[in-house]
Amino acid sequence: MKPLRQITSIAIPLIRNNIDTDCIIPSREMKSVSKHGLSEGLFAGWRYTEIGGRTPQPDFVLNDPAFADAQILLAGENMGCGSSREHAAWALSEYGIRVVIAPSFNPIFRGNCVRNGILPIQLKPQPLAESTGPLTVDLEACCISNEAGETWTFTLDDEARTMLLEGLDPIDITLKMLEEIESFRTHDAESRPWIYLGKASLT
Amino acid sequence: MTQKSAIEKIWESHRIAPLGESNDLLLIDRILLHERTGGVAMQSLEDSGRVIRHPSHVFVTMDHVVDTIPGRSDTTQMPTGKDFITVTRDTALRAGVTLFDLGDPRQGIGHVISPEMAIVLPGATLVCPDSHTCTQGAFGALAWGIGSSEGEHALATSTLRVQRPRIMRITIEGEPGVGVTAKDIALHIVSELSSAGAKGFAIEYAGPVIRAMSMESRMTLCNMATELSAFTAFIAPDETTFEFLKDRAYAPKGEEWVRAVNEWRKIKSDPEAIYDEDIVINATDIAPTISWGTSPQQSCPINKRIPLFNEVSHRDTQESYQRALTYMGLTPGGRLSGLRIDAAFIGSCTNSRLPDLRRAAAILKGRRVAKGVNAICVPGSSAVKAAAEAEGLDLIFKAAGFEWRESGCSMCFFAGGESFGPKQRVVSSTNRNFESRQGPQTRTHIASPETVAASAISGCITDPRRLGART
Repeated sequence: MKPLRQITSIAIPLIRNNIDTDCIIPSREMKSVSKHGLSEGLFAGWRYTEIGGRTPQPDFVLNDPAFADAQILLAGENMGCGSSREHAAWALSEYGIRVVIAPSFNPIFRGNCVRNGILPIQLKPQPLAESTGPLTVDLEACCISNEAGETWTFTLDDEARTMLLEGLDPIDITLKMLEEIESFRTHDAESRPWIYLGKASLT
Repeated sequence: MTQKSAIEKIWESHRIAPLGESNDLLLIDRILLHERTGGVAMQSLEDSGRVIRHPSHVFVTMDHVVDTIPGRSDTTQMPTGKDFITVTRDTALRAGVTLFDLGDPRQGIGHVISPEMAIVLPGATLVCPDSHTCTQGAFGALAWGIGSSEGEHALATSTLRVQRPRIMRITIEGEPGVGVTAKDIALHIVSELSSAGAKGFAIEYAGPVIRAMSMESRMTLCNMATELSAFTAFIAPDETTFEFLKDRAYAPKGEEWVRAVNEWRKIKSDPEAIYDEDIVINATDIAPTISWGTSPQQSCPINKRIPLFNEVSHRDTQESYQRALTYMGLTPGGRLSGLRIDAAFIGSCTNSRLPDLRRAAAILKGRRVAKGVNAICVPGSSAVKAAAEAEGLDLIFKAAGFEWRESGCSMCFFAGGESFGPKQRVVSSTNRNFESRQGPQTRTHIASPETVAASAISGCITDPRRLGART
């Protein structure tokens, strides 16, 4: 996973409440058993003039050439609600989004972002949308600034912050604790044997 | 001694190690996968050279992509569905996990079959890359939805790194009226608390109405917790739970069953446990409820008018309110009851179990679906389908003009194959009324199976009490 320390980019304002993951990537756009090839389907229902088509809907913000290379997305309350599909994070990441700023996030979507190198920042997006020019997001300082010198601070739990800053794979980290995990299971199996299914236990 | 909630107790009993301020490494007892997101997780795990740590704790079903029309095969109406099915099957077989494949009598929607086989058990942790995994919290388990990467993590380590949720208790008091089901209570709660109303919380449902509910109704209620953006929902296990689980395939047997039930009886919140939020809902005040917009929070009593903006401005912006009404082809203050419909759908992990089908059949019996209404019933599992057929429910559905399908998620969502079509108005027993969820530009109203059945008969949105809904 690509480490994320500092991003400078203009921000795409898509400040709608309850943007669900069906909107971020419609099920019909999840065509292959893969984490790739999804960026074209990002926001497909809003981005194109017809279902399945690729003609840009001119008034949709992603189609505004001014935002062509933006890496920051501004959204409304409860961003990423609905289906747990990680394809939403994969599509955003492949499109080039590294930071999503919203007043609140759905927890599964938030976790999926972190695991794919996208920084979810819980912050009211309106002041950032009103700011002109690019924003600089600094994850080490947990601070956003603009060219006029205005700053906004944010918080992130240590676990997510470290994963993003270092670009770590959590599986590698957890696998280092394997001995502790297996010893925990051995003890647990004594008090809850019914949880531990061997091949023979199914009758 | 500190007074604790049941959720905290289960959490602590699974904590292998704390991971900094608000995260813990938790033991995961059961992993459930499906062909939509499970295949990609298992394949990605293989590609990274990792193995599934404990395959005997992993269960895979085919539900999301498979067709539900009779005579189905690996070839699906969804253009690339076959790839999802074959990758999932092949990786599952290579990994040695338990697979409930097409044609297997145990196949069905994950959140229907896991309880049917007692894969989920009280006090267990269960995860699935599916947001409706909270359904299974109805059994006194800690069950929650995850992404595919977290799925890989769980498969490779039998653990997850999880942020501790806050705890919200929702006590349901009073007496639900005739025709008011767990689905109506769930929609009422979402409309009251909003779609982000339980964000960051695990919900414990409690109170007399819950205690009186069947396991199937408890599952329906817990199922919709994700529509509140909750981490999960939970109901402390009781005799109803144990009665449901006894003798099922993966339930403990003999002396181990007795020992397990003794342990499970201890899974309850201490009387003085402190909750981060404590909410009381009076079920007596709830009417049959139906959605009018494009978010589950946009729901109201079926016999009331669509709210005006100023009545919902505490949770909807003007833009999202207007956008929803335009999409749905409705006007502020308009009537829902009597609105002509094009289709009726009974199915999904929310409402496709045997009692759901029985209650719908009681309304359909001796009646015919209105002309021009496309009516479909999809049992939640192959076992539900067989049980329904054994008592003749299929004949009632078919005689009324419903299609009677094979089990699966079916048209709860549009995957690129079957759809209801643009601007078609559907009354559906499913869980999401998002834009284009059931088909491009399809207009979905979510409601109870009774409301779907009554509306199918009348050809318009209909209060099920008018057609004799009894429970």
